[in-house]
Amino acid sequence: MFTTKVFIKKTRIGNFLKNVREHYIRDDIFCGVPSCDKCTPVESFLSSIHKNECSSYDFNHYLILDTNVILDQMDVLDEDVIGNVIILHTVLKEVKHRSLPIYKRLHSIIENPSRHFYVFTNDHHKDTYIKQNDGELVNDYNDRSIRKSCLWYMDHLPKEKFIFLSDDVNNRNIALEEGILACSIREYVSHLVNGAALEDKLSRKDYHIDSNTKDVFPPHLTNVELLNGIKEGALYQGTFRASRDNFLEGFVNVESLDDPVIVQGRTGLNRAVDGDFVVVNLFNKEDWISPSEIVLEDDGVAEENIDEVEKKERQLKKSAHKKKGEIKPTGRVVGIIRRKWRQYCGILQGGMDGVYQLFIPADKSIPKIRIETRQAEFLRTQKLIVTIDSWPRHSRYPHGHFVRALGKIGDQNTENEVVLLEHDVPHSQFSEEVLSCLPKLPWIITEEDEQKRVDLRHIDICSVDPPGCTDIDDALHCRPIGEGRLEVGVHIADVSHFIRPGTALDLEAASRATTVYLVNKRIDMVPDLLSSNLCSLRGGEERFAFSCVWEMDENANILNTRFHKSIIRSRSAMTYEEAQMTIDDKTKTDSIAESLRSLNKLAKILKKGRLEKGALVLASPEVKIQMDSETMEPLDVEVKKLFETNSMVEEFMLLANISVAQKILEDFPECAMLRRHPTPPTSNFDPLVKAGRHLGFDIKIESGKQLAKSLDDAVKPDNPYMNTMLRILATRCMLQAVYFASGSLQKDEYFHYGLAVPLYTHFTSPIRRYADIIVHRLLAVTCGSDCTYPDLLDKQKTGNLCQNLNYRNRMAQYAGRASVAFNTHLFFKGKLQDEDGYILYVRKNALQILIPKYGLECTLFLAHKGETSNIFEYNEEDQTQKAGDVVLHSFDPVKVRLSLNSDNIQHEKFVLQLVSPCISGFSVPPLSEIEKMEVVDDKKRKSANDGHKKKNKKRS
Amino acid sequence: MSRNRDLLSKIGLRLDGRRPDELRRIRCKLGVFTEPDGSAYLEQGLTKVLAAVYGPHQVRGGRSKAQHDTAIINCQFSMAVFSTTDRKKRPRGDRKSTELSMHLQQALEAVIKSELYPWSQIDVYVEVLHADGGIYTACVNAATLALIDAGIPLKEYVCACTASLANNDVPMIDISHQEEIIGGPTLTVAALPMSGKIVLMEMSQRFHMDHLEKVLNKALQGCKDIRQILDEAVRLHVRDIGSSTGWANTS
Ligand SMILES: [Zn+2]
Repeated sequence: MFTTKVFIKKTRIGNFLKNVREHYIRDDIFCGVPSCDKCTPVESFLSSIHKNECSSYDFNHYLILDTNVILDQMDVLDEDVIGNVIILHTVLKEVKHRSLPIYKRLHSIIENPSRHFYVFTNDHHKDTYIKQNDGELVNDYNDRSIRKSCLWYMDHLPKEKFIFLSDDVNNRNIALEEGILACSIREYVSHLVNGAALEDKLSRKDYHIDSNTKDVFPPHLTNVELLNGIKEGALYQGTFRASRDNFLEGFVNVESLDDPVIVQGRTGLNRAVDGDFVVVNLFNKEDWISPSEIVLEDDGVAEENIDEVEKKERQLKKSAHKKKGEIKPTGRVVGIIRRKWRQYCGILQGGMDGVYQLFIPADKSIPKIRIETRQAEFLRTQKLIVTIDSWPRHSRYPHGHFVRALGKIGDQNTENEVVLLEHDVPHSQFSEEVLSCLPKLPWIITEEDEQKRVDLRHIDICSVDPPGCTDIDDALHCRPIGEGRLEVGVHIADVSHFIRPGTALDLEAASRATTVYLVNKRIDMVPDLLSSNLCSLRGGEERFAFSCVWEMDENANILNTRFHKSIIRSRSAMTYEEAQMTIDDKTKTDSIAESLRSLNKLAKILKKGRLEKGALVLASPEVKIQMDSETMEPLDVEVKKLFETNSMVEEFMLLANISVAQKILEDFPECAMLRRHPTPPTSNFDPLVKAGRHLGFDIKIESGKQLAKSLDDAVKPDNPYMNTMLRILATRCMLQAVYFASGSLQKDEYFHYGLAVPLYTHFTSPIRRYADIIVHRLLAVTCGSDCTYPDLLDKQKTGNLCQNLNYRNRMAQYAGRASVAFNTHLFFKGKLQDEDGYILYVRKNALQILIPKYGLECTLFLAHKGETSNIFEYNEEDQTQKAGDVVLHSFDPVKVRLSLNSDNIQHEKFVLQLVSPCISGFSVPPLSEIEKMEVVDDKKRKSANDGHKKKNKKRS
Repeated sequence: MSRNRDLLSKIGLRLDGRRPDELRRIRCKLGVFTEPDGSAYLEQGLTKVLAAVYGPHQVRGGRSKAQHDTAIINCQFSMAVFSTTDRKKRPRGDRKSTELSMHLQQALEAVIKSELYPWSQIDVYVEVLHADGGIYTACVNAATLALIDAGIPLKEYVCACTASLANNDVPMIDISHQEEIIGGPTLTVAALPMSGKIVLMEMSQRFHMDHLEKVLNKALQGCKDIRQILDEAVRLHVRDIGSSTGWANTS
């Protein structure tokens, strides 16, 4: 059992601390090659069937990779063609140290048996371990270790061939001298049989510099110069943000300066890409300028030609002006500390021949990227992903390589993929490792389970959810228990029973943080078996639940609260509509109907109490898109319908969350995961207060309670939608609610502004929110049904987790909205419709119009950008636009014609035209009148008619 | 969370190249000093400990402490100022040292047949020369050897071993300092390996109930392995002494 052969001390000196660690060398580490008869066979995915075929070598071979190949060429390694790869532990450690994301990708390839990768622990093997020489650099030492292992493999298995891939010329040459077969990845891939598609994916870092090309950009300073400059205060470091409207302008947010530094032009930006951490050199004060108001788009083509950009630069310079009071610090980028390059979605720019193509990212703040591809014809029809590899001085555009195609442009699935990628939503299939954590089917409730849990199967419990919901995480019951008291139970799916802390499943769920809902797709936080089956509280099935049970009097006062794990059997999984009908149907007197009625009654009392305390009723136009289940095309867009039962379920969920928050904070004052909604700064309310004042209402914002009251009072009988509009505006003044660890903040900061409660958390949706799983675990400890684990009690770790949850939730929300927007666009494609809308804001040259029917908010331009209208007169004081005798105020109802402008396929947008009130010379006649006039020659109208017909057909 | 996973690599090796159930290398020597009645030096990985035993002798410093039916076991633990990476200010007398002294005493009281020495006292001094995780276990193991060297009757060996959980799943023994820092909770067990009795058990943090048993079993297995190593060392020591006096030739 004791296999130490040699004993070596490793010394690491840093910070003047001498660290000595043990390093054991073993004789029980094996090569992993299946044909070997010297080693004890070990689990290895290396395969004798898989063949690496490369025309440079006329034999099958195994590959050994250098670290640089993995770091730079991961997109190539992701392809199935390359297999039988030996990853040395030295390399693996180096990759992990240099880039965690790359390490994770490599790790998942290693885990995949069909890729035939094997990790050889060379640094603990008695024959491949070598000692670091005195004064030897770590890099040189690692290179030497890698070569040593190559030689060992060749010696160990003389019948097999091994090829060492490295992009480090030096290392490769030494390897060749030592008799190792070595070549660069570019050379290898270009001779690879079946590897044609791989060439596009090669990273362009080693791009050779053509000696007769002129440099387009000034050089960057060296790292030492940068650091010295920063230290001396001559240079500033900060994050670079590119302008979306002007490709020759950007800003650098420097912490020590109040204003961001403007950088302009080719030399000013000097190859900085949005998000990069850069160093700027400030100009003298007299050269400072104000931000440009000019819109410049990059019309460049792939040739390394800079005439066009020089022209634009002159244009920019001409427009440069020094508005007093708007002059901001100005400078130029002199160096880049850290690139924030990622993968970008976008399309190819058309009209170019040859292998060099220009890629246009969907994100307007990212420059075009030059890529090399042999399949441009095909890629032009696709949305693709491209990543940047380098940006040499002589190149107008950064060089990158094609990563993969997402699918046809405009295709539903492609767009979903784009939305997910752009919002950083993890959406790959669950890995084998994750799936192996799932319980085996058939899943049965054992006697042990029954002993540990309270059996509630005899109680009539039911769930109420939106139609088509398969991840049911809450169910309710209510029954009289005598003396005028009621027992109310909220039963939440016991997800934490299935997801144990620290397992691969747990880590994956924690990383995903939330289930993401797109219009026609759901990206689960946990695998389907849990989300739609074992955890889902389906009707008629026995399920584990975490119950929160209250005893209440008839006035909804809580007499006592208890929490316990339970076994339930939901009698019925109802929709909101069904539940509403059950309540309203007086002939139904079964226990479910009775229980729903009592719940509804209690909920009303609870809601009233909550509102009296100052909880806000906010509004946001939430829409639902009806999809054709066959073609997956949106049929109709409608505002979500709400029933009384929606509010009923919500009340009890809020109550459960509050009760749980109190309980876990009591037992875990330091590490309870809570949710707070910060009070917004008063300046946030300015637009709301202003809008209220113009309508003659005084919106008080001193406290949530006052705000709630003034919103309730702001009612105009002639414009019933106005109140909703005010609430929409109020919603936009709010800050985001966030998760936090209780120990990280003061008690008075726990407050939830929107709900007007001092404590809140999330307990009720563990299937689709990771925060709830943590809360379940905490609560399980307080009621003695589970134990803690170290990370659960660690304030710091909980805090880090909260940060990820907050980030993912925000992204999930944006992704959901982007998906709705795309489908709304799809629905309106080729249609022309007149719709009712309301003016949300009045601006100098435009009206912001809200169309409640579709939850759309669009801009109606009154004049072209930068011009002033000769029809409208803008009154800044009253926030009105006047044309003749028509005055347009905020919140006025209008009728607008809606159409979609698809000129730019990456950025489609709605175009509005005013229909009523009629303003001659500006508004357009209603569509219905045009139809009467029977003007036929208008092509657009025809398509609009088609749209109407389709709609009528569906309604009939 | 992810750091916890790193304790054991995919192919089942720990950071220093051991497998989960392997002890660090233990090297030990009995009778390293001549002045004390018994002494021992023990290395467990890079943790190095010296132990010295004086007694049994008359109770010092106030007869009132003396017991009529048993010997007093007096343990004193100290750490050399150079034993850790940052220089220690006080070699003994701080809270940690006092606690370790008491724990050591508890373990030793369980094995020494102290009823044979009423009205007397046995002093055990241990000094950590270098600390690299598992200080307490090395002290117990060294003290056992020193007691044997001093010829004090013991019921059996008392051995100590640490264990922890790698990747939240795999129990591993004899935790090094590096593993202590980045890992989860550490369980320290001092046991009488032959009879399987546990004389001391301590956790740095709470363990999940599901895991405790297997971690504890691993730690006990570690104690047994350590006993075997100590036993060999004792036999070797006795043979060496014996051969110098000519005993070994008779057997
Ligand atoms: Zn072999």
